[in-house]
Amino acid sequence: MATAEVERKRGQFAAVAIAVVVVMVGVPLWWRTTETYRAWLPVNQINELAELQLQLSVDLEVVFSRGTLTPEQQKKVPFSRTTDKMHKVDEDTTLRYRYESKYRTANIMEEDALKQHTAAEADLSLHTLSESPCGSVVVYVIPETSALLPQDVDVYIGRRRTAVLRMGAQVRVGKNHKQLLAHLEPRIAQVVQVMSFSHSDITAALSDRVRLSPGSKESLADSMRSFKSSPGYEITFSLLNPDPKSHRLHWDIEGAVHSFIQPLLTKLAPLANFSIDSQILYYAMLGVSPRFDSRLEAYTLNADSLAHVINPVEARLGSNAASSNPVLNFLLYVPDAHHSPLFIHDHKKHPVASNAFHSPRWGGIMVYNVNDFYGQETPFPVDININMAKVMGVFLAQLRLMLGVQSSSAPPGFLVEPCGSAGLADWELDRLMWSRTVENVATATTTITSLAQLLDQIGNIVINDNIASQVSSTVTSLQLAIAELEAGNLGFALQYSKEAILASERAFFNPSLLHLLYFPDDQKFAIYIPLFLPMCVPILLSMIKIVSEVRQRRKMKQSKKD
Amino acid sequence: MAASRRQRLGLWLVLCTCLLTAAAAVDADNDDVQVSGTGHDNAAGGPTVPPGTGEQGAGRTPETEDRRWEATQEEVEVVVEEVQQAGDQDQDQDQVVDPPSEPPSRDDFKEELVIRPLHSGDIYASFQFRTVWDTDFLGGQKVSHYRLFPKSLGQVITKFSVRELHISFTQGYWRTMQWGQPYLPSPPGAELWVWFQDTVTDVDGTWKELTNVLSGIFCASLNFIDSTNTVQPSASFKPLGIGNVTDHRFLRYATLPREIVCTENLTPWKKLLPCGSKAGLSVLLKSEKLFHSTFHSQAVHVRPVCQDPHCKTTSLELRQTLNVVFDLHTSGQGKREWSLFKMFSRTLTEACPLASSSKVYIDVTDNPQGEQFDLSPATPLLSQAGVLGDRRTYSVYDLTQQATFGPTRSLNTLLRWKSPEGDMLGPLLHSERYVAGYGLQTGEIHTLMYNNHPYRAFPVLLLSTVPWYLRLYIHTLTVTSKGKDNKPSYIHYQPSKDRERPHLLEMLLQLPPNSVTEVTVEFERALLKWTEYTPDPNHGFYVGSSVISALVPSVVAMDTNSTLERPLFNSFFPCKEETSYFMRIYTEPLLVNLPTPDFSMPYNVICLTCTVVAVGYGSLYNLLTRTFQVEEPSPGLAKRIANVIRRMRGVPPL
Repeated sequence: MATAEVERKRGQFAAVAIAVVVVMVGVPLWWRTTETYRAWLPVNQINELAELQLQLSVDLEVVFSRGTLTPEQQKKVPFSRTTDKMHKVDEDTTLRYRYESKYRTANIMEEDALKQHTAAEADLSLHTLSESPCGSVVVYVIPETSALLPQDVDVYIGRRRTAVLRMGAQVRVGKNHKQLLAHLEPRIAQVVQVMSFSHSDITAALSDRVRLSPGSKESLADSMRSFKSSPGYEITFSLLNPDPKSHRLHWDIEGAVHSFIQPLLTKLAPLANFSIDSQILYYAMLGVSPRFDSRLEAYTLNADSLAHVINPVEARLGSNAASSNPVLNFLLYVPDAHHSPLFIHDHKKHPVASNAFHSPRWGGIMVYNVNDFYGQETPFPVDININMAKVMGVFLAQLRLMLGVQSSSAPPGFLVEPCGSAGLADWELDRLMWSRTVENVATATTTITSLAQLLDQIGNIVINDNIASQVSSTVTSLQLAIAELEAGNLGFALQYSKEAILASERAFFNPSLLHLLYFPDDQKFAIYIPLFLPMCVPILLSMIKIVSEVRQRRKMKQSKKD
Repeated sequence: MAASRRQRLGLWLVLCTCLLTAAAAVDADNDDVQVSGTGHDNAAGGPTVPPGTGEQGAGRTPETEDRRWEATQEEVEVVVEEVQQAGDQDQDQDQVVDPPSEPPSRDDFKEELVIRPLHSGDIYASFQFRTVWDTDFLGGQKVSHYRLFPKSLGQVITKFSVRELHISFTQGYWRTMQWGQPYLPSPPGAELWVWFQDTVTDVDGTWKELTNVLSGIFCASLNFIDSTNTVQPSASFKPLGIGNVTDHRFLRYATLPREIVCTENLTPWKKLLPCGSKAGLSVLLKSEKLFHSTFHSQAVHVRPVCQDPHCKTTSLELRQTLNVVFDLHTSGQGKREWSLFKMFSRTLTEACPLASSSKVYIDVTDNPQGEQFDLSPATPLLSQAGVLGDRRTYSVYDLTQQATFGPTRSLNTLLRWKSPEGDMLGPLLHSERYVAGYGLQTGEIHTLMYNNHPYRAFPVLLLSTVPWYLRLYIHTLTVTSKGKDNKPSYIHYQPSKDRERPHLLEMLLQLPPNSVTEVTVEFERALLKWTEYTPDPNHGFYVGSSVISALVPSVVAMDTNSTLERPLFNSFFPCKEETSYFMRIYTEPLLVNLPTPDFSMPYNVICLTCTVVAVGYGSLYNLLTRTFQVEEPSPGLAKRIANVIRRMRGVPPL
């Protein structure tokens, strides 16, 4: 009996020992040899970024010219003043706008500059005096009596980063400085909204992060029209000649690009890299056959059918095989001799003056009728030179729209200087940079947080060291970009936000993330079961047996005690 | 005590083996998944998948669906005024706007179709489209405005600093013995060879990117070109265009003998033509007919050529060729009668308006008096040219002349044979290649080259690339002609490296007149890793064609003046001397069986070892944990019966 008991004890001890070895050694060994490599990711910082708190700081300089302040007011006007505005866009995103205004009086040279005859001249000479940094705004306040601005104009916005503001008639000299500033403030705020950014611009730029409540159709169309921010764009001009038998078309695209498009792109160089090319496509037909309008003696395309025009042409446009940047297409369509002239009608059946239309985030098409260039009896083919100034005017306008250079309608009383040969004023560039920086930051944070989420959810994905380093560099660039925005250094902020977006996309689209993604669990079990099942069942059974025995014995003891 | 320790040690060992087996099994399966993952990537078109944020990618489709088309209105007028102001500032701008002046034509397009009736009753049609663009693309300045030259190809050439690019896709094998020489030879499958400019520093990286981009453009599996099938021939592939770069560091050559060519390759090829498939000769290129043929080959050749006789400036030449052989029985229903309509199910109605020359040539050399076949409509135009060492006569139809099309306004050339059979002069040079040997361990590659010239010997360059998994024994290389050893005057051999590069063997041989030269080399078949096998390993593994480049003595004096206006089909290979002409032929590709394992084996092994381990472990476990008692031996049968009886009787049992 005693030997049997000893034997039983030994058996139980052996079972427990085996179970312990399996649990202590086997399971960790199995775990270690089959685990996927996952490099460390800065999860905390990413989670911090998920709650975006952006602060945009604008340096504002208000210069009072002679005659706008009394000496007494001059003494009392503060040197600087900071106003903050908070906006909570949604629970994760808060925006804070900080306007750091500096007040000073004009120096002699500025006074001289403001005595010019026209505002444009004043603008130019003020610009030569001092160059204000990217993202800042200088407002010159001139007395009511000044002849610089036309009678009905209160605010003039120049081609650079300066605005001229006429002191309102209500402000009499006698008022104290507080009333004066209180009067000026809303108007300066208006100027700043035009010249740097408005709240609606910034929320539109955040559309990647924040689901906007469906606003008006018009604003939605506005926000969808321009291209997403990207480190580079390919601009392609295509001349479509569906009828090379009748028309021999010549276009001086090189000269036209050089004189019309290149200045704008040079100006936009800090924003993105642009590359331009052009091609001529023969026998490229539109997807819709135009309808003959006997009243106009012309063929017409209705706005409703424009959506179908592109598809057959697009197959021939060809994507740029050598780069992966988004392509902006500008097509010049010369209708064939039997279908011309061709006019585009808008939704109200009125002919469109430019005879052109554009598609958001795709490009534009212009129809160029050539039937006036030759008579009825001219023998075909006809040589035709295309008026590039006319064409490029349309394409330039479309390009501005696609790139998001908004000519937002100025409030009444504002005079905005036309942008001139460069195609873009400095402050327009600033506006674009503000919204692009915010957009980049928003996109990069969304990408990186969704990547972190994905990696967190799917444990099978291998995280290599290079992905980890891309993620960390994204996080650092994002933090730097946010800090630079806070400090008001717009140029640096844009630079860092571009780096962030590049690194985040490289991490997100790294093919190494896909390797283990499709490893199915059922196959894993098919491999494990032949080994694990026969091994674990005896261990489990003897464990159950031991436990039940121990329990029974305890019960026995209990009953004995009782 | 010692016994129990041994038992415990045994248990340890067993446990560890089990776990290791399990781990190894999991690792092996991981490998498998990785391979399929990369395959997926490749299918997506290489590294040029455009990156965008996840949100953008997701949002793209709905965007395109509800694209809003808007008329461009108000903004335009403002800008137009401004632009016109700007234009006024630029003096030269006005000139462009007002008088329609003719800008110098800087590119030129020609198209051509050659039809050669073959003696076997088949018919050979060869299309050539040539675009010459007078641009200094070698000079490094960025070229970005395209007219006739296709933009997609031009961008690739400028981006990767390509000097010369030759790419061909071929379905079927050109039968030199039956058909004679093609105007442009090509091996079965895909072939790509590229000379890079000497400014390229990382040639291998550029080559890799280039193959991926080309694979996207031509919709082909060129992305499978990697270091294991790329070679740098030292002598065989000299630049065909101008330029004396001969440093073969900038040359890359690869073939994919497995590549299947079909409609999806033809469509992008046609897109490169300025007239597309809308006008001119290209209307004949209908895929349903072209691929219903015994041989189909399409190619793109880009090279720099001289712009003028003095060769001061260079032009970029793009030559697109398409060769097709229609079979007498499958396409011709056994009737020796061919017409354009029967071949292509189309007739010609016009030339491409952009082409400066558009011609159809029909080879009538064997038919000077019309005794072999009838040709209608008859054409008065005849042209003679020295083609491939022979003087050939062609009937020419000029499509730019309205008279060619006749009253029906369409040209449907008809060829009707009179005599059922004709005999053809055998080609001067042809070749054969096969694998000999038995079993799955060793084998022998035989390459036979026939010189059929009665009295002239000539030199040939033989290039063969063999994949690394056939391990060549180069010491067994023998070259024999007419039973005697033929010592090659130049041998360039680059041994393979496993999984890195193939064997490259180049030899310069003199072929004696009227002889067969046989090159043999033995090889051993390597065992691949189980993930390296193709999805259908029992089909066999392809070895690409060998390339034989030769200067064949010419029967007639060849025209060496390269500036002379010549038909396109005759102006591709530059001709340096009068007495001989350059010729390249490709041998058959080889299909070699490799030892192939049973691919369910790993799982079987896992299951088997696991079962063995589980059985062993189970008994061990039982031994260790069961309690053992000595049991009374059960009494025998007789005793038990006796006991039963005794119990019935009431007597105590035994």
